Amino acid sequence: MIILKAENISKQYRLGLVGTGTLSDDLKRWWYRVRGKEDPFLKIGDTNDRSTKGDSDYVWALQDINFEVQQGEVLGIIGKNGAGKSTLLKILSRVTAPTTGEIKTRGRIASLLEVGTGFHPELTGRENIYLNGAILGMTKAEIKEKEDEIIAFSGCERYVDTPVKRYSSGMRVRLAFAVAAFLEPDILVIDEVLAVGDAEFQKKAIGKMQDISQGEGRTVLFVSHNMESIQQLCTRAIVLKNGFITFDGEVNQAIHTYLDNDQNEKNIKGFPLILKDIKIKSFEIQNSNGDNVSSFILGMPYRFTLNLINGQTSKIINIRLQFFDTKENLITTFNTFFTNNQQLINPQEEVIATCSINKFSLGPGDYKIGIQIIDLKLMTTLFDEENFELVSVVNGDFYNSGKIPVKKNLGKVFIDTSWDFKKMESDKII
Amino acid sequence: MISCPTTMNKPSQTTQEQPWLYTISAKQNALSLNLKEIWRYRDLLMLFVKRDVVTVYKQTILGPFWYLIQPLFTALTFTLIFNNVANISTGTIPPFLFNLAGISIWNYFKTCLTGTSDTFKANEGIFSKVYFPRVILPLSLVFSNLVKFGIQLFIFVGFYVFYVVKGTAVSPNSTLVLFPVIVVLMGLLGLGLGMIISSLVTKYRDLKYLVTFGVQLLMYTSAVMYPLALMREKLPQYAWLVEYNPVAYIVEYSRYMLLSVGDFSWYGLGFTATVTFVILIVGLLIFNRTERSFIDTV
Repeated sequence: MIILKAENISKQYRLGLVGTGTLSDDLKRWWYRVRGKEDPFLKIGDTNDRSTKGDSDYVWALQDINFEVQQGEVLGIIGKNGAGKSTLLKILSRVTAPTTGEIKTRGRIASLLEVGTGFHPELTGRENIYLNGAILGMTKAEIKEKEDEIIAFSGCERYVDTPVKRYSSGMRVRLAFAVAAFLEPDILVIDEVLAVGDAEFQKKAIGKMQDISQGEGRTVLFVSHNMESIQQLCTRAIVLKNGFITFDGEVNQAIHTYLDNDQNEKNIKGFPLILKDIKIKSFEIQNSNGDNVSSFILGMPYRFTLNLINGQTSKIINIRLQFFDTKENLITTFNTFFTNNQQLINPQEEVIATCSINKFSLGPGDYKIGIQIIDLKLMTTLFDEENFELVSVVNGDFYNSGKIPVKKNLGKVFIDTSWDFKKMESDKII
Repeated sequence: MISCPTTMNKPSQTTQEQPWLYTISAKQNALSLNLKEIWRYRDLLMLFVKRDVVTVYKQTILGPFWYLIQPLFTALTFTLIFNNVANISTGTIPPFLFNLAGISIWNYFKTCLTGTSDTFKANEGIFSKVYFPRVILPLSLVFSNLVKFGIQLFIFVGFYVFYVVKGTAVSPNSTLVLFPVIVVLMGLLGLGLGMIISSLVTKYRDLKYLVTFGVQLLMYTSAVMYPLALMREKLPQYAWLVEYNPVAYIVEYSRYMLLSVGDFSWYGLGFTATVTFVILIVGLLIFNRTERSFIDTV
């Protein structure tokens, strides 16, 4: 069942200061409305690109957003700062109204935009549980029923009758998250709450969110910059860029799209690259779907394709793809020489060299890909560029076990291993 | 850490679609005041009232006595300045009692007005994060101020008894049964005006400054420290300022009910009630419009 449907949602903001100009714009708007005409300011406005200078005083934070959410789905919303995520959540949680379009829903929406809003410092923890719960839409009876669970989950039992102003900031967050976690709306909207609290509490919070979405079949909309929590929690994701939806679908692909949005801006390279007597027509990295990517998910298959056009002389070429970490340490090389794949190419000939890997096994982080092309016939280096492309690797299910490695147990390299246990007969044990 | 499976248990496909619960859209009917929703949030209303009443004087030594000290000292000052120095006559009624009655009821109006007129600005933090019917907050102010007013009325009754025991001729009269009506009108008038101001203040901060001294000026035209008749007698050419002021009627009539001083007319009460309801409805309409997107401009 479709529990939530967004149709043509757009949101326009006015830039700059609200001053005397506001009144004149407001009067103009009013005058248009009185005559039954459309708002004149809706026709103008730039797309929402934070880094460029715009011409208009009005900007579209969101434009023509359409999506549907099924009941029980955990939808991730990812995008760069200023892509429109928070605006979308604000509209969903009815903090502000959209400029155009509408959202239809079949359930109550409660938001967890930033925990601890509405805490009154002078009231005790217990009193604040009631106040905050009511702000989030619970009735007094509902809160009373869950009071003990909330206090236990927060782990602040000892301080619960002390004014909240005496709490540490971590304790405040724990208490606030605990209240929100025991909310029972049909649709829960969460924004970056996991960035708070200590490691133990974060684990608890993620666990609770998994319970909410899986065990209780609640629909969750989840906004985060943390790709790992998106991978862990979400069943589908949409990617926002400059106020538009650029991708809607499977989580891993969404992460790719998001990271590539970022990377493409850094690696603009004009192909063909003309070298000494040889041209690089293109260099591409493709995932298993054949899409071009510039980021990797641990454990997934990839293909590197280098398209070369030879010049006037025939050559025996040796290609090396090198991975460097951010500290310039060489991590690994894919070298045609060691796999006996050096290739003779004739003058004017075009070749496509493809290097396939079954499982990407470098640990999460940023890497630089370097390319070396060497002519073994003349023993000359045709091309050597250590900073050819900047890529990043995100955590993934390397062992196909349904489990994603925990950060502290990650390490830098993954090796496909298999374990075997043999049970000994009891009489053989000394 | 266990990751969740990528395929969710598919929800059972129901052939007949449930109707939409509600719609969030750009345009909304200006008159749709969702009373059902406000009722659903009634616990929140009560918790806000409790918060406002309890927290004001936390970590103070005198605690709730502060609610009494303010009107007492103001009444005392008024008595000294207006009655002893400026010789305003309050008839047979002790001037202190006269002032205490006026100040208590005026304070109720004033706190309702200034409190609600700050609603959007003061609660920006919560409003920008969570949705609940915004009107809950101004409503809670009206109720918590009512509690404070109740406490102040209590002290008034105390002094009343004191004067009666002393043998002073004070007595309420039969219109006292209408006193709750007067109190409700006062609260609603403060609420209505406050909502209009709070809605406009989100965009135009000018009003914030206007309210601060506007309320002071309003007090002088609201018959708080003088009987209505005195204004008519001494400054007939400006008496309309007071006569068109619904607050003045409320103050005057409440004194009439409690102390049998001044005058009372059904016409005046009708006028006040009409103005109050018009202002309240206008206030609700504007507030309703503003609450949907004020967070973008506040």
